[in-house]
Amino acid sequence: MATVATRERVSSQPGQARPSKRPAGRWLSDHLVLLVGIVVLIYMFVPIGYIFALSFNEPSGRSATAQFESFTWSNWTSICEPEGLCASLKLSFEVSITATILATILGTLMAFALVRHSFRGRGASNLVIFLPMATPEVVMGSSLLAMFVSVGFDSVLGFITIVIAHVLFCLSFVVVTVKARLAGMDARLEQAAMDLYANEWQTFRLITLPLATPGIVAAALLAFSLSFDDFIVTNFTAGQSVTFPLFIYGSKLKDFPPQLFVVGSLMFLISFVFVIAGELWRRRRAAIR
Amino acid sequence: MSAGLTNRPRTGAAVDGETARRRGWGWLLLVPGMLYLGIFFVFPTIQLFFTSLYDPSGSFETGYSMTWHFANYVDALTSTWNLFVRSFAYAGITTLVCLLLGYPLAYAIAFRAGRWKYFMLVLVIAPFFTSFLLRTLAWRTILSDQGPVTSFFQLIGVLPEGGRLLATPVAVIAGLIYNFMPFMTLPLYAALDKVDYRLIEAAGDLYSSPLTGFRKVTFPLSMPGVVAGTLLTFIPACGDYINAELLGTPKQYMVGNRIQSAFLTEHNYPLAASLSLILMAVVLVMVIAYVRRAGTEELV
Repeated sequence: MATVATRERVSSQPGQARPSKRPAGRWLSDHLVLLVGIVVLIYMFVPIGYIFALSFNEPSGRSATAQFESFTWSNWTSICEPEGLCASLKLSFEVSITATILATILGTLMAFALVRHSFRGRGASNLVIFLPMATPEVVMGSSLLAMFVSVGFDSVLGFITIVIAHVLFCLSFVVVTVKARLAGMDARLEQAAMDLYANEWQTFRLITLPLATPGIVAAALLAFSLSFDDFIVTNFTAGQSVTFPLFIYGSKLKDFPPQLFVVGSLMFLISFVFVIAGELWRRRRAAIR
Repeated sequence: MSAGLTNRPRTGAAVDGETARRRGWGWLLLVPGMLYLGIFFVFPTIQLFFTSLYDPSGSFETGYSMTWHFANYVDALTSTWNLFVRSFAYAGITTLVCLLLGYPLAYAIAFRAGRWKYFMLVLVIAPFFTSFLLRTLAWRTILSDQGPVTSFFQLIGVLPEGGRLLATPVAVIAGLIYNFMPFMTLPLYAALDKVDYRLIEAAGDLYSSPLTGFRKVTFPLSMPGVVAGTLLTFIPACGDYINAELLGTPKQYMVGNRIQSAFLTEHNYPLAASLSLILMAVVLVMVIAYVRRAGTEELV
C-alpha cells in the first residue's frame, strides 16, 4: 500500500507499522481499531439499507413497515401520490431555509461579538447561549407552546411559530460553530491588512469574512439538517401544519405509504452526491493552488 | 459540526485573537440574538415556571388560576418518579455504549483511515441525511418478531423460543444508541484529530504499553471531545420519546412520553410544566457537575 512510499519521507505517519517479531499479531493490533470502526459504520448503515429496500416494496397489507414482499418500481414514479406528502416536503423546505437564514445571520453576529469584542456580561451571555443546548427538546417545545397559547398565538400556530422554534434551537449551534472557527483564526492576518492601510471595512470584507466563511457554511448546513429533521419541537409548535417529519409520524399508525421510503432514499442520495461533489471541488481548488 | 463544543485550541493564533479583542460598540452585534433568546427562551421558561404553579383543578377550557400550588411538583414526582429513573438509566447506558463504540470509530478515522479519512467522516454523518423517524421505523422492521435479528438470536439461543426484541428495553436503548451515535463520534473525532500523533508515539518509545499510553496520553488529550460527546448524547437522550414510542411499549416509556401526552393530549398544563422543569433542572445540575468534574471550563 501507500505506506511503503511514505515511510522514508514522513517519520511519524499514523498507522505505520513498526518492525516486529510477530507480524500477524502486530497487523491485528494495528488494524483492530480500524476493524471495530468499520463494524460500527456498518451498524449505522443497516437501517439505510432497509429504507432503500423498502422503497421498492409493494406492500399487500395495511402497513409497509412490515417485511419486504414484492419488488416494484412504481413507488419511485408516484412520489407525490400519497395525499399531503409533497405538501409536507414543501413546507419543510420553506421552514428549514427560512430558519437557517435567520439563525445563521443572528448567530454569526453573536459569534463575532463574543470572539472579537470585550464587554461586561460576556460570561452571562455565554451561559444564555449554552442553556438552550442543555434543554431537552421536549421542554423547549412545551415552554414555547405554553407561551404561544398564553399570548393568543394559538390561532396562528403554523409556519411562523415553527420557524420561531427552529431558529431558537439552531441559534446556539450556529454561535458555537462560528465561534470555534473565529477563535482558531490567526488575528495577525487582519493586523497585517490594517498595517497595509486597509480600512476596517476592507479588512472585514477581504480578510475576515473569507476566512470565517467555512465556519459560517458549516453552521448553516448544521442548522438546516437540524431544522429539516426536527420532530419533537415541531410537534409542539406546528398546530395543524404538517412538516415532513410530522407527516411520517402521522402515517405510522395508518397505512404507511412506501413512497416515504423513496423520499428517504432520495434525500440520502442527493445529500451524499452534494457532499462528495463539494469535497472533490475543494480538492481540485487545493490542487490548483 | 458539533466540533464547536470542544474547547478552543490554545495555539498562538487563538491567544492573539484574545488580545485582539476590542472594546467599543462591537457588543451591539450581540443584541438581536440575545433579544431573540430572551423573548423565545428565557421568557417562556419563566412562564413555564408560573404555569407549573397553577391550580391543577383548572382545565384548558375554563382556564387556570394562579394559586402557587407547589404541591404540583410533589404530585408530578410521586406519580412519575419511575419514569425519571428509567429515562436517566436509558440515557446513561446509551451514552456509555455510544462512547465505547464511538471512540474506536473516531480513533480509526483520525489516525488509521489514511486516505479514506474524509470518506469515513462522510459516512458517519450520512445517516443524518435521511429522516431519523424513517430510520427508527426501519429499526422497528429489523427488530420485529419475524425480522432477521430476532430469528438469529433465537437460533443461537440468546433469546428463548418465541422471545421478542421489539417492545423491550433492549430495543429502545438500541434505538437511542443508533440515533445519537454521530453526536458522540463527531466531537470525539474533532478532539482526536487535533492530538499530535507524535505524542502517542513518544509514549510507546518511552516503553509504555499501548494500554498505558492510551490511558495516560491519548485519552486525557481527547477529554474535550469526550465531554462534548457525552453531553450531546446524554441531554437529548434524556428527553427523547420517539424511540420509546416506536420501539417500545408503555412499559418502556420515558419522561418525554409523559410530558408530551400531558401537554398535547390531556392538556394538563400544570403537570406537564412541572415535569418539564424537573427534567430541565436535573439535566442542568448533572451537566454542571459533570463539566466541573471533567474540568473543561472552556466548554461554553
